[in-house]
Amino acid sequence: MQKEAIRLTGITKTFGSVVANRNVHLEVRRGEILALLGENGSGKTTLMNMLSGIYRPDSGSIEINGVPVVIQSPEDSKRLGIGMIHQHFKLVEVMSAADNILLGSNQEKKILSASRFEKVKAFCEEIGMEVDPKKKIYDMAVSEKQTVEIIKVLYQGADILILDEPTAVLTPQETERLFDILRKMREKGAAIIIITHKLNEVMAVSDRVTILRKGESVATVETAKTTIKELTELMVGHAVSLSIDRPDNDHTGTLLNVHHLSVCDEHGVERLKDVSFDLNSGEILGVAGVAGSGQKELCEAIAGLLPIHKGAILFKKENIEGKSPREIIKIGIGMSFIPEDRLGMGLAASLSITDNMILKNYHRSKGPLVNRKKAAKQAQSVVERYQVSTPSIHTAVRKLSGGNVQKVLLGREIDAAPSVLITAYAVRGLDIHSSYMIYDEINKQKQNGVGVLFVGEDLDVMLELCDRVLVLCHGEITGIVDAKTTTKETLGLLMTGAEGEAKA
Amino acid sequence: MNTIINFFFAAVRSGTPLLFGTTGEILTQKSGSLNLGVEGLMYMGAFAGFFVAYKTGNLLLALLGAFLFGVLGALVYAFLTVTLQANQNVTGLALTIFGTGVAQMLGFWMIQSNDGLKPIVNDSMMRQISDSGIPYLRDIPVIGKMFFSYNVLVYLALIIAVLVWFYLNKTRAGLNVCAVGENPAAADASGLAINRIKYVNIMIGGGICGLGGAYISLINGIGNWDNNCVSGQGWISVALVIFAAWNPAKAILGSLLFGAFTALQIRAADFAAEFSFLSFMTKIPSAVYQMLPFVITAVILIISSIRQKKEGNQPAACGINYYREER
Repeated sequence: MQKEAIRLTGITKTFGSVVANRNVHLEVRRGEILALLGENGSGKTTLMNMLSGIYRPDSGSIEINGVPVVIQSPEDSKRLGIGMIHQHFKLVEVMSAADNILLGSNQEKKILSASRFEKVKAFCEEIGMEVDPKKKIYDMAVSEKQTVEIIKVLYQGADILILDEPTAVLTPQETERLFDILRKMREKGAAIIIITHKLNEVMAVSDRVTILRKGESVATVETAKTTIKELTELMVGHAVSLSIDRPDNDHTGTLLNVHHLSVCDEHGVERLKDVSFDLNSGEILGVAGVAGSGQKELCEAIAGLLPIHKGAILFKKENIEGKSPREIIKIGIGMSFIPEDRLGMGLAASLSITDNMILKNYHRSKGPLVNRKKAAKQAQSVVERYQVSTPSIHTAVRKLSGGNVQKVLLGREIDAAPSVLITAYAVRGLDIHSSYMIYDEINKQKQNGVGVLFVGEDLDVMLELCDRVLVLCHGEITGIVDAKTTTKETLGLLMTGAEGEAKA
Repeated sequence: MNTIINFFFAAVRSGTPLLFGTTGEILTQKSGSLNLGVEGLMYMGAFAGFFVAYKTGNLLLALLGAFLFGVLGALVYAFLTVTLQANQNVTGLALTIFGTGVAQMLGFWMIQSNDGLKPIVNDSMMRQISDSGIPYLRDIPVIGKMFFSYNVLVYLALIIAVLVWFYLNKTRAGLNVCAVGENPAAADASGLAINRIKYVNIMIGGGICGLGGAYISLINGIGNWDNNCVSGQGWISVALVIFAAWNPAKAILGSLLFGAFTALQIRAADFAAEFSFLSFMTKIPSAVYQMLPFVITAVILIISSIRQKKEGNQPAACGINYYREER
């Protein structure tokens, strides 16, 4: 079955004066997984949104199963058998899995009956996926939500699947499970497009790769006949080096002592149990763990956002317990925290880049008036240094693409010249070029003697970049290992709670 | 005993317009629109219902008129917020002012054309809106008076509330409405016609509010037109939506309770006369009684915000306009 499911020819889409897609060609066959690759802002999501009926192309043609079509709305898209799993899940939180799956399906009975749960369950068994039909979405972990999304599009008869960065929020194990599902669907003859930044995933799951650069489709290659290096070069447009530096640490002294720390969340559930570690000057300490193992709570406790339940956090021998976040910033702990919801914490979405600079610094200037000139200068320097692509420094942060939002946030935090820098998922959703820029910047901070707490998810990167890696599991430290001598497998074992012998 | 039965009777009668308003607003909010114009819609319904009753003497036509005027007012709201994406709060407040103004202007004109006298509906109309109750059943002692001796609009309000509850909770169409109110982007991705669902539910909701207005002008006003008849009951209805946790079935209890506050004020003297230990009730200024529903609403708001349950909250997208291409 090598029939074409989708053929895009000469697709162009502009927003005002910005060209999002120019003359894009793309084809996906039945029984194939196509990876769509490109840097941030290269027009991947825009292109896919034209298939899902959110946008309409200015010119070019779309053929589905060999027939030219015009997709005017999500409804049209659904009718053509296209199902899109969005990066931000489109599920109704207060409804059950079954109701979400059945939503908008017009073959259902007018009056709801309890048999719909059975129906969904039966369907899940049929396609070999598992979900509790009665469970409410708000009770689900991200991977479960994603499963519901996939079941939903399949239930509604989709045989062309588009997944927009589906692995960004998944653990390695969950990612593997997702890929198994995708492979199974490929065998059944589905056509699948997957958008991802993680090149090793592209290599693992796809049959062919189409690369977009600055809105244009520059190449389509067969996965088996290419390498990560080649893909990167196609994506960026020039040769790049793929190794991360790990400069030697020539600083001494401990910046942060975390001593038997326990922290509870707002519901009183203990999220960190008896956590002890030191962070030294000029060191990058990685924090690994399955999502929700207490990384967020650790960051928030150090930044003063969560009260300390037991234990102590010492900064240069001074207890920071009871200090407000601002006092903690003043003594030199900079926290750059990028939560799952990119604009939730840290930046005010509808304010401009300049105003977001002021947010963190206004209390340092004298007098009651805001010094906008200084902030504008700072904004300009962040934009230039980190190559943030934005029309101007007065643009609302909300209007920037995800990667650029992260650059603004990290730039502001580093500009504050902290002696401890906390970054959580600093490169999530960033393309390879931007990621390396951020690794470089973190290394620069390290060489200046800053202690960096690097909460990450890509274990390969952590082993290359960090000096030591601390592994959390269910809020407890299962091991602190030397990154130079540890393997990914050891980290994986520690993450699942296996006893850590390699304490450094 | 009679005092208590009479009190209950009065509570139901005063609570009914609130039940109309609350049911209408629940439907509107469930579809994702925070319509603060209930007061205005009720005024429009109050005028239309009264005017038709006054001119034709036909209750059915009067109710139809009130419903249609409510739908019309809600259509303005829907056009502004759904099609033109205007701010919902501002539009709702404007609708309150607009509806009140329209009803009072037309009411003034009605009084003028009646030689400056308050218009009164004819006797046949009076009979139609009297508390005639349900034959036979109304003669049962105690229960008959408490449940089966009301005017026809009371039963209409109850039926509508139950129907709306069934619609929202037990039908596929209602599930779609809830999805639109909770997460329009998800509903859109599921292929639901967001705008159509919003329009329909805003308009039906407005029509139900209009019926509440007709109840006020015809029943509460005993067939006499009063230019200030609604006087804040639309706002209490909006508050009751929170009290009822967006559930029309709970709205029945809520409106009974809030109706009881109003009845308390009227019946305070009865209570004081019947039970000596309640004699203080007549000494409480009437403003305190009028204040009670709002105090209770504030208390409910506090409790519901502490409770932090996912169900029984305002629909997540209520008050926010949906624009497909926004990121």
